[in-house]
Parts: sequence; C-alpha cells; structure tokens
Amino acid sequence: MGLTYDAIVIGAGANGLVAAATLGRSGMRVLVVEAGGSTAGQARLHEFAPGFRVPPLRPDPGWLPPPIRSALGLEGPGLERDHPEFPLTVALGPDELFPLPRDPAAAMEVIRRHSPADAERWPDFMTRLRSLAGFLESLYQLPPPDVSARSLQDAWALFRTYRAFRRLGRRGMAELLRTIPMPVAQLAEEWFEAGPLRAAVAAGGVLDYRLGPRAGGTAFILLHHLVGAPPGTIRGRGTWRTGPNAFTEAAGEVARRWSVSVRTGDAVARILVRDHAVRGMVLETGEELHARYVLSTLDPARTLLGLVDPAWLDAELLHAVRNIRFRGCTAVVLYAMDALPGKVGADDASAALAGVLSLTPDMDALERAADAVKYGEVPARPHIELTAPTLHWPWLAPEGKHIVTARVQYVPYRRRDGRPWDAAAGDALADAVGDVIEGFLPGFSNRVLARATLTPADIERRYGLTEGAISHGELALDQILFMRPVPALSRYVTPIDGLYLCGAGTHPGPGVPGGPGWLAARRLLADRR
Amino acid sequence: MAMAAVTPLHPRTAPLVRAGTWRRWAGFVVASGYDPHPDREYAAIRSAAALIDISPLYKYRIAGPDAVRLLDRVVTRDVTRCRVDQALYTTWCDGAGKVIDDGMVSRLDDTTFLLTGTTPSLRWLSMNAVGLDVALEDRSAATATLALQGPLSRAVLERVAEDDVASLRYFRLMHTKLAGIPAIVSRTGYTRDLGYELWVDAERAVALWDALMAAGTPDGITPAGIWALDTARIEAGHIMADVDYHSAHLALIESRKSSPFELGLGWTVSPDKGPFNGRRALEAEREARPRWRLVGLEVNRESVERLFAEHGLPPRMPAVPWREGRPVYRLGRQVGYATSGCWSPLLQQAIALAHVRAPYHEPGTRLTVEWTVEHRRRQARARVVPLPFFDPERKRA
Amino acid sequence: MSASRYDAIVIGAGHSGLVAAAYLARAGLRTLVLERRPVVGGAAVTEEVFPGFRFSVFSYVVSLLRPEIIRELDLPRHGLRILPLESTFTPLENGDYLVTWADPDETRREVYRHSPRDADALPLFDRLMQQMALAVKPILDMVPPDPTSLAPSDVAGMLRLGKHFRSLGPERFHALYRLLTMSAADFLDEWFEFDPLKATKSASGIIGSFLGPRSPGSAYVLLHHYMGEIDGAFRAWGFQQGGTGAVSEAIASAARAFGAEIRTSAPVARVLVRDGRAYGVALESGDEFEARVVVSGLDPRRTFTELVDPKELPDDLIEAVRRYRFRGSSGKVNLALDGLPDFTCLPGPGPHLRGAISISPSVEYLERAYDDAKYGEFSRSPYMDIVIPSLIDPTMAPTGKHVMSIFVQYAPYHVNGGWTDEKREAFGDAVIDTLSRFAPNLKSLILHRQVLTPADIERITGLSEGSIFQGELALQQLFFLRPAPAWAKYSTPIRGYWQCGSGTHPGGGIMGASGRLAARRILASWG
Repeated sequence: MGLTYDAIVIGAGANGLVAAATLGRSGMRVLVVEAGGSTAGQARLHEFAPGFRVPPLRPDPGWLPPPIRSALGLEGPGLERDHPEFPLTVALGPDELFPLPRDPAAAMEVIRRHSPADAERWPDFMTRLRSLAGFLESLYQLPPPDVSARSLQDAWALFRTYRAFRRLGRRGMAELLRTIPMPVAQLAEEWFEAGPLRAAVAAGGVLDYRLGPRAGGTAFILLHHLVGAPPGTIRGRGTWRTGPNAFTEAAGEVARRWSVSVRTGDAVARILVRDHAVRGMVLETGEELHARYVLSTLDPARTLLGLVDPAWLDAELLHAVRNIRFRGCTAVVLYAMDALPGKVGADDASAALAGVLSLTPDMDALERAADAVKYGEVPARPHIELTAPTLHWPWLAPEGKHIVTARVQYVPYRRRDGRPWDAAAGDALADAVGDVIEGFLPGFSNRVLARATLTPADIERRYGLTEGAISHGELALDQILFMRPVPALSRYVTPIDGLYLCGAGTHPGPGVPGGPGWLAARRLLADRR
Repeated sequence: MAMAAVTPLHPRTAPLVRAGTWRRWAGFVVASGYDPHPDREYAAIRSAAALIDISPLYKYRIAGPDAVRLLDRVVTRDVTRCRVDQALYTTWCDGAGKVIDDGMVSRLDDTTFLLTGTTPSLRWLSMNAVGLDVALEDRSAATATLALQGPLSRAVLERVAEDDVASLRYFRLMHTKLAGIPAIVSRTGYTRDLGYELWVDAERAVALWDALMAAGTPDGITPAGIWALDTARIEAGHIMADVDYHSAHLALIESRKSSPFELGLGWTVSPDKGPFNGRRALEAEREARPRWRLVGLEVNRESVERLFAEHGLPPRMPAVPWREGRPVYRLGRQVGYATSGCWSPLLQQAIALAHVRAPYHEPGTRLTVEWTVEHRRRQARARVVPLPFFDPERKRA
Repeated sequence: MSASRYDAIVIGAGHSGLVAAAYLARAGLRTLVLERRPVVGGAAVTEEVFPGFRFSVFSYVVSLLRPEIIRELDLPRHGLRILPLESTFTPLENGDYLVTWADPDETRREVYRHSPRDADALPLFDRLMQQMALAVKPILDMVPPDPTSLAPSDVAGMLRLGKHFRSLGPERFHALYRLLTMSAADFLDEWFEFDPLKATKSASGIIGSFLGPRSPGSAYVLLHHYMGEIDGAFRAWGFQQGGTGAVSEAIASAARAFGAEIRTSAPVARVLVRDGRAYGVALESGDEFEARVVVSGLDPRRTFTELVDPKELPDDLIEAVRRYRFRGSSGKVNLALDGLPDFTCLPGPGPHLRGAISISPSVEYLERAYDDAKYGEFSRSPYMDIVIPSLIDPTMAPTGKHVMSIFVQYAPYHVNGGWTDEKREAFGDAVIDTLSRFAPNLKSLILHRQVLTPADIERITGLSEGSIFQGELALQQLFFLRPAPAWAKYSTPIRGYWQCGSGTHPGGGIMGASGRLAARRILASWG
C-alpha cells in the first residue's frame, strides 16, 4: 500500500503548480511529483558550462491571466516585469540593425528610414494587433468555447466569449475572423512595404511552428504570442524581474501555503487505472501512490500513450492522439561569452540582445528556411534569434561574463537520412549557426568560451517533450481552442475517470503560464461537486 | 484495368455455373447458384453434404506475445478464455459500442490467432495494436476457405482426413492433412447444421476441392452457391454484414449503426473481461436495455395466399432469398424493417430477419410485413419468433 | 446612341453570368447579357485552336455544376451531355503506377498492391468525405449571413448556421472544422501511408490555389473537389460532350429560351451610375444600355475598381478588394497529338488513358513544385492534371488524332521578370519535358501546342491575375468574407449594381451557385 492523496499532479512546472495550488486551496490533499531535480519545468535552469546557467527554451515568460494572479494571490516584486527597450531587432547585415523600439514615435522614426508610408501605418498596426490579441486574452481566461454547450457553465463561457467578440466592433470582428486563418506574410504585406519590417512581423508568426510565414494560420500564432503584450511590443511580454523562474517560485510558494506537497526527482512510470477510473500511479522507483484524481502536465501523447495502458482508450482516440502534430522544429545553441558583441554599425548590439535579435532580414529568407525542414533537412541558412538573458539577470553567469542563447528554426526532429541526432550532428548544426552569427556579428565566435547545443531530440530527452515540441503540440488552427489537443480531450477530461490533462497541450496552450493548469483544476472542482 | 477477381477455386466452380448466375462478394466473383434454382444445393446442406466456396472472407493472422491483448481489446468476447484450437464467434465494435463486423477468432497456438470477418480489418487491427508486440498479416488472398456443411459432412471428411476429425467438437479446430493437403479444420459454419470450415493454402485449394468431391460422391456431396447458403443462414438466424446490419465504419448515418444487443448478440459482450473498444457504451446499454432488436418473423402463409388470391393468382414464394429492406408494421404504424428473408424449404414457411423497435420485439407479437403482389404493396401477417428458426442437435453432437 | 431599356443587364457571359441571366429571364425580367469576347462561356469555352482540333481551352472538366441549376434550367434539353471520367492514373517515379477506378473493388485491389492498410482506409475516407460534402451542401446553397451584423436576417442566418452545425453532431462538426483549417497533406497523413495516393488526393486540394499540399487551408479545397461526387452533374468528374464550351452554350440556350438576349463582342466600358444608383452600362463602342439592375459576373477587382469609379465606393470596400488575393497559379497546355501517349509504367492505349492522368508522384514532388512558385518561378517539375477528351468524345479531334488538355501548376502570375514569349515557351518546354519522363513518345506525337500562362488567361478571359476561381479559395476570403466583409451578399454599395461571379460565395469551379443565389437576391429585392 502506498500513500494516498486526493489528487496528484504530474510535473512541477507553471501549470502543475497552479493546478495544485488551485486544488489545495479547495481543501484537497495534493501532491506534485516532478521528474526533474527541481521545480520550474521549462523555466528550470540548465548549467551548460561551469557557472553558466540558463533556461534555454522560453525567452518569453508569457502572459499570466489576471484571474489566476488574483485567485491565487500571486503577488510580489518577483512578478514585476522588465521590458526591454527594443523587444525585437532585425539584423540587416554586419553593420546595420533594424531595431523596433517599444516607443511608437521612436519606432516610426526607425521605420521611416526604410519607408515613410510604413512608419505612418505602424501605430495603427500595433493598435489593431493589440485589439485582436485582446480578444484572445478574454478567450484564454475561459474554458474553450463549446459549440454544443450543454451545461450552464459552458453556455455562460460561450456567452462571455461572444460578448468579448462583439466588443471588437463590426470592423474588428470581421478583421479578426479574416486575420486568424491568414498567413502572417499576407498580414505583413498588406500593411507594410519595407522588407525588414515585414520580416520582423512575420518572424513572430512562426515561433516554434514548422511552417513558414506563407502558411495559413501563422497570423494567429503572431496574435497568440502577443496576448498580454505591453503597448508597442511586437515580440515578447517582458521578463520577470527577479529571475527566469520567478513565476514558478511564486506559484510553488502559494501551493505550499495550501499544504501541497512537492516531490522532485520522482518520475512516474505509469498511471494506475481500474474500471475506467484512475487509481493513482507507480513511480519509477516502484513506489505506488494512490489518488482519486491525477492531473498530468505532460503533453497528451506522453500522458496517454506513455503512462496509461492504451487498452483503456478507444482506438479512435488513440488514433487521434497519435496524430497530434508535435513537430518540434526549434533547436537552441547556448553560448557562454567572455563579453557581448559591441557595436553593429551605429547601433549597440547589446541593447538588441536585451530583447530578441533576429538574424533573418527578409521574409523570403524566413520562408526558405522553412522549406528544407519539410523534407527533413536542416536549412542552409536557418532562422536564428539571439537573446542575452544575462542582461536581465547577470547572476546567471560568472561576474562580468554573459550568456547568449540562439533559438534556431527550422531544425527537423526526424532527419531525412533517418540518422539520429548525435553529438556530431549537433555540433555540425552549431557550427552552421555560428557561421551565420559571425556573418552578422563579426568577432562573435572569438568571445565564445563554451557552447552547448539542444537539438529537438535533446529537447525531447531533457524535457520529456514529444518530438521536442516546446509548444506541447503545434499551434495550428486545428489544434487550438476546442480542438486542443484533440476534441475529445479539450475539456481537460480524459475517458479515464479522474485523469485530467492540464499542460500546455490543452487550451489555452503554451505561453500562458498556469492557464491550462488553472482551467483544468477548476474543471475538476466542478466535476467533483 | 484488372479483371474481376476470382477465388482460388474458380477453375472448379466456373464450369459448374449453368445459367451465368454470378455475383460479387467482397470484390470476388462467386456463384449465386450453380443450378438456375438453388433447391438442390440447399437440400444438400440440410440432408447430405454441401461444398461452398467462402474464400472471399477476410482472414488475418495475428501473432506475437501481445496477440491475446490485441484481440481482447478489439472484440467483445473474452479472448483470454479462448483455448488453443478453440474458435469464438464474436462481434467487434467502435468506441461508441456499434458493431463494425462479426466473425470468428480462432486460436492456432498460444500466441497465434486467425481472425475472419466480412469487412477489411487490417487498418483497424493496426490502429488497435499501438504499443503492442504483435505481427499482423493479411492471409485473405493466401488462404482459401471451403465450407463443408450438412449432416453427412463428417462422413465425407473422415474419408480424407489424416487425423480423427470425428472427435472434433463444436467450435474447435485442428491442424491436419486432408488427402495429404495440410489444412485447418474447424467445426464451425454459417448454417447451424453439422459442418466444417476448411482453411487451406490457396494453391492447394483446387486439389482439396477435387479430393472432397471424389470422396464425397457416395454421400451426395454437392457444390452449393450463395443462394443456398443464404437460405440456410437465415434459417439459422445468422446475420450478414451489409445486409442485416451496416458496419459502424461504413454507415453514413448514425441510425444505420447497431449495437450487439440490438442485433441479438448481447451474449457476445462479455460483462467481466478487461477493457475493449466500446466497453463503456455497451455497459451502459446493457443496463438501459436496447431500443431495437433483431428478431425472426414467421410470415403467415394464409395471409400471403389471400393477397395472391385477390388477383386470382396462385401463391408464389420468392425462389431465392431476398435482401431488400421491407417495412414492418404494427397496427398500420411502422415499427421496424425486415432486412432479409426467404422461403424456408425446411420449415415450409416464409421467414425473415427484422429489426423491430421495443416493445414489439417480444416473441409472439403480431406484426405485418410489406409484401408486393401484382405491383401492389400489401402487408402480410407475421409473428415474432425467437431466433434461430432452426437449431438441430447434430450441429453440436 | 441607342437607348434600349432592359430590366437587367448582366456583364460577362461566363457561366455565372449566364446562370444569373437565365434565372432573371425565367422570372420574367427583360435581360441582356453583354460579353466582351465573340463567344460565350468566359473560361468555359470550346475553341478550334488548331484546324480539326477542338479544345476546352481553359476549364476542362465538369462536376460541380449544381444539380438544382441543371434541373431548374432544364439544361439537358439545351445540350448538357456529360460523359464519364472515371479513373485517375498516376505514373510513379519508380516505374510503377497507381490507378483509382470508378469501381471500388477494382480500386481496392489496385491500392492494396501498394498498401493493404490504405485499401482498408479508402471506403472510410470516402464515407467521411461524403458526410463532409453533405455538411457543406446547405452552406453552398445559402446566402452567407454576416456574423458581425445584428440585422434580423443576419442573426437568423447565423442561428440557422449554428443549428446546422449542431445537427452535425460533434464528430462531424470537428471533422469539418479540421477540413477547413488543415493542410491536405496533414489531413491525408491521418488516413493513408502510400505517398503517391496522398499526393494524388492532395493534388485536388491545390488546384487553382497558390498553396502547397502542406499549406493549411488546402484540405478545404480538397473537399470542394469532392462535392461533385455527392450530387454533381455526374457521379464524379466528367467531360461535356463537345467540350466545356457546350456547357456554357447550354446555359445560354436556356437563358435565351427564357427570353434573355445575349450579345457577344460587346465589351462593357463602365457601369453608368447616377446618385449612387446604377442605371445602365456603356460599351466600349459608346453604345449605352439602360436597366434597373446591372449584374457583374466579373471578378471583384473588375467589378469594383474597373467597371465603376472607385470613388463611388466606401474606402473599406476598396481596401478589401485591394487585399483580396487572386494570385493565379496555374497554366494550361493544350496539345494536338498524332496518336496516344505511351506511358512507360503502363504501356498501351488502356482504359487508364480515358480518365484523368495525374502527375503527382509524391507529396514532396508537389511541395517542391510549390516551393519554386513561392519565389516567383514556374515549377521546374510541375503538377499536371491531364485529360484526353478525344478518347471519350471523338468529335474533338480528327479521326485517329487526339487532343490533350494539360492543367499545370504552379505557374505564378507574378513570375520573376514577368511573362514573356520566351518564358511562356520555357514553361511549355518544362511541361512537355516533365511529361516525357513518363511518356517518352509524347514529343514525337505533338502536332501543335498551345501554352497558356496566367497572364494569357488574364488577357483572354479577363480573369484578374489569371485566377481561375476569381480569387483564391482561402479561408480568409470565403463565405461572408467573399469578396469583402459586409458585401458578400451579392449586393454592392451602389444601388442596383450586383455581383454574381465566382468571386462571391460559394466561389470556384463551374458551379453556377453564385449566379443562382445572386439572381435570387435580385429577384427578392425586385418590386
């Protein structure tokens, strides 16, 4: 006989801790089990060179829905944000940067150099994006809309969604419906004529997505990642002031306040099921834990294909889960730096590195980078985005030293030649990335003290993400809202009574820390009544 | 463009078809009847021995350590209790508990099974085999199947079998040699008569046919076509996919799907086995009692005679089984539909299989069934009877 | 100056305009159709391009023509004769082939040869597509309600739509949603494993669009092409006897029978507007015709920015039309042949030549063809949908000779450097070279060839950017967004001025639905 809890949450990332805290607050006896050595999930620090630590996957901490903040009392100076002056900069060449400052007037000034007409349109564009993202903001605080709503709660959520939709106004509503399925390239082309500006906009639509900016639905991805972004920002939502895992620390603290226990270093071997109902789990140590409810923050494939005996799932559902498109396509190269690159032309590279510095100056290059991955190949000229987290948190590196992370798209999870991602292949990739960086930031490689590469296969191994998909499943239009991860699982419940999904694989998806966890926990509490 | 596919027995069956009475079955051309009229072939099934080419059945070999687990999660019966050399008749369902197909699970050895059915199942099996250590092989084309059915079938078989087939019990099978040809003999059939089904490599099928025909002559062995088989199976109360029900995988609309309970096959849904497709839905349905049920209808002969007499015609019963749906009424209101029927020479009675809504499916209920006489749609009186219509002792003895 | 007065003038005798005219005339309106070219039909014309060789120059197969139009206009009596096109033959790069036949058993056997599992999947996939086509059918037959409007008719329309979606049940609703949003390749990946089968099926998802098989949104176009199999003019795709032009002739004949007048070689210069109201049209010849309503069958760009002064229209609409994407992506090569092509993988004049021949050996092949086009080049190895109408309808070519119609994708309208004569011929050569890889005797058979680029299609038919659907069938320009929000119900901001072309809901293909719906709206507002 093992220990017995009311609920066990698998995974101590943002969603797991928020779900646990939400349940604990209602008086349930809750345990969180985490396979890693510490909490924080994807925000966990990775020491890739002695004294150099960084959370490699998430440069953008995402948007924290206000209801979670207030319901759980998530406050404190740690959850203040710092906003870089230049959220996004596009490198145009070895001596020219195209920085997009947050301040609209300053941004217009920069854009004017490339196109006066574009400069004039910039403020309107940003207002439009904010308004459309604002609708998503209200959508993301609610369970996914259910067109066949039966319960009062569902109908209420549907009504609130509709109200938020109507608030956009007639033009806004039409614009929203038109924009969501659109390619981000089309959006960029409709608004702007300057190549660098188009590239800047388009890059936000392909984050962790395996298709290029000409693919339908990429405009939605841009909006998704701008939910909760401060005015003027075309990328990112600001970093937590005190450290990359400030949020998970705060959530963990709240959880402990509600008597939630957390066990780290304990991997789940399988979830116990009897008569279509969850009974608990077996840890890899062989220890059994019992609970009436189990919530999994792992992605749906890992949860249902990895931890549950598939016999409990109907073949149709198994087929659907197996067809969830994960398609990790992002690799990360981490650089331990002696110093940051200095000037690029007249501009300061380190100011750009406080935000995101994209090394893809035009949209066709972005599209071409996506071409190769369709055939399982690494592009000759990958799309690279650089950030220096040590500009926010100097303590991540030894005194005076820096870290630069390079997000690299598009890197196939499965290679065309069928060969695995071994160290040699990772090194070859990092060399190629280094060459590109060197082309834009001459002298960069001379300042590198050490580097480490995370290919999609490494990301899968290290973070337990199927196919290395940081997104827990592509943010394609057929995998969002009531389709996330698949329709039958979109209400957080599974065919196994008491087993809930609460990771980023469920609505509202990645980049909304605690969002899925909170909605799943509330769903559980409603079911319990 | 390929020619229509023929079964491995085509070289023997083709010359026997006297009136061009062919039909398509699962993409193969097979004989509806060898004679223009199926009476003699039917008679062989019930009073001698009939040899029927049922090679178009789909056959899958499932082998590996997880073969039991795979089949147990696919079908509604408890495969864990299927012993080696045993066969189970079963249905299999989708997640909503609607029947995809019905057929036979045969256990060839500890880790090897043969699944036979009437719809292609390779994709479905592989969808279910996720995470299981099992090899699937489609044996449909490589294996020919002959049904040897009738009270004298045992005698015929004994003359060619190397082993003691006489001791083979109902729903058991054995590996043996028939006239020197390796074969699997199973004591199963679609007729509810004493009978066997013989599984043989396609290239040896003709030789087996020849051996059986030669050995069976004293017992009046007769090749029989689908008409005769159809009559026998309706008497036996056996349903036929695409005729009496639609596979849940192919039904265009919900109302065309049926659960095992609605098909009178609730007994194939094991209440105490492990998880399988549709289990939850079926458990719920078992408690709620199904709203439809497949029943037998005995058509009142006098009432049919009267319909003909009104036109001054002698009564005529259809010469071959019919498969077009016919509405079934209770006091003028439609309460169901018949899906196949025939004149039963054995019972001297027109009979039909019908789906009837509760509560009209209770045995003894008086209903009427549409009967077209002289271009007019009329109704003949009928009575609900339990299935099967015919169930002789010799089947099991 | 003539001062003839009509009730209705329809601009453009394409199939949509003709359908609209036929319905208006049928309701008793004095209707005039004005066509720029000497023939009716727009992109659905038959022409004797080379002596003795007749071609369906542009549009070459029929299946989407709405059955209610066939019925209500009594088209068979006016010459509609559709001949079967029952197979699709895909030669493969490895010397093998794939054919799907009209008979499911034969198709199963053929597919089974390549993948037993796919053979199982086929009937299930067809069933789903049938269900989806049934789910879409009521939407095609409806004037699209505007979800942003609170007008009673729009609210009622949205409620009707909502009710329809609910009636589908969650399973079918979700399947429909996925079909609308996914890529053809992803959608097919869930069903099939044999790549050429996926490629050939996904090819119908890219026809007429500037999308690759892996582009989200291409799955919907796949459905669009399945519609014909549900309740189209024939069981599946078919040829019109005498070429596609005869379909147009049949509709024109029906329109005339109802009293409509059709004038060819009568190019309209502009729509006459006074005080925000259309009152007639002026021809390029200077002739003017007056009418209570003017209906444009042309595409949105011509309808809103060329036939009328954009100043008459709200900025929103002009902006929407500017953003509306045409992006013609296909060309056409018409060949007069001395004999039949001999495919290495399936030699001889077998029945496989009587259906469609699809050059779609793999999804990657199609995707790479798209990659070329994305950057402004025609595909080096393009996708082709080929038919040999003379095999089914021998009147199309002299005895023993043949006509071959090759629909080619991708050929971008905005080709790098623009379309020149040299580029056109280079494009034609790429097509012939590619096809010769599969049928080496082709080159020796060619008596004449006609190569049509999107620029040619635009020049000849007037379709902007050579877009065969009068604008891409992409989600962001369908239904109430086609061609522009608030103006998707066939009316325009100019009173008495209507639109009825494929640039309106439901768009694309020889369907006629938009012409019929537009006529219905016009008649409802009549009086």
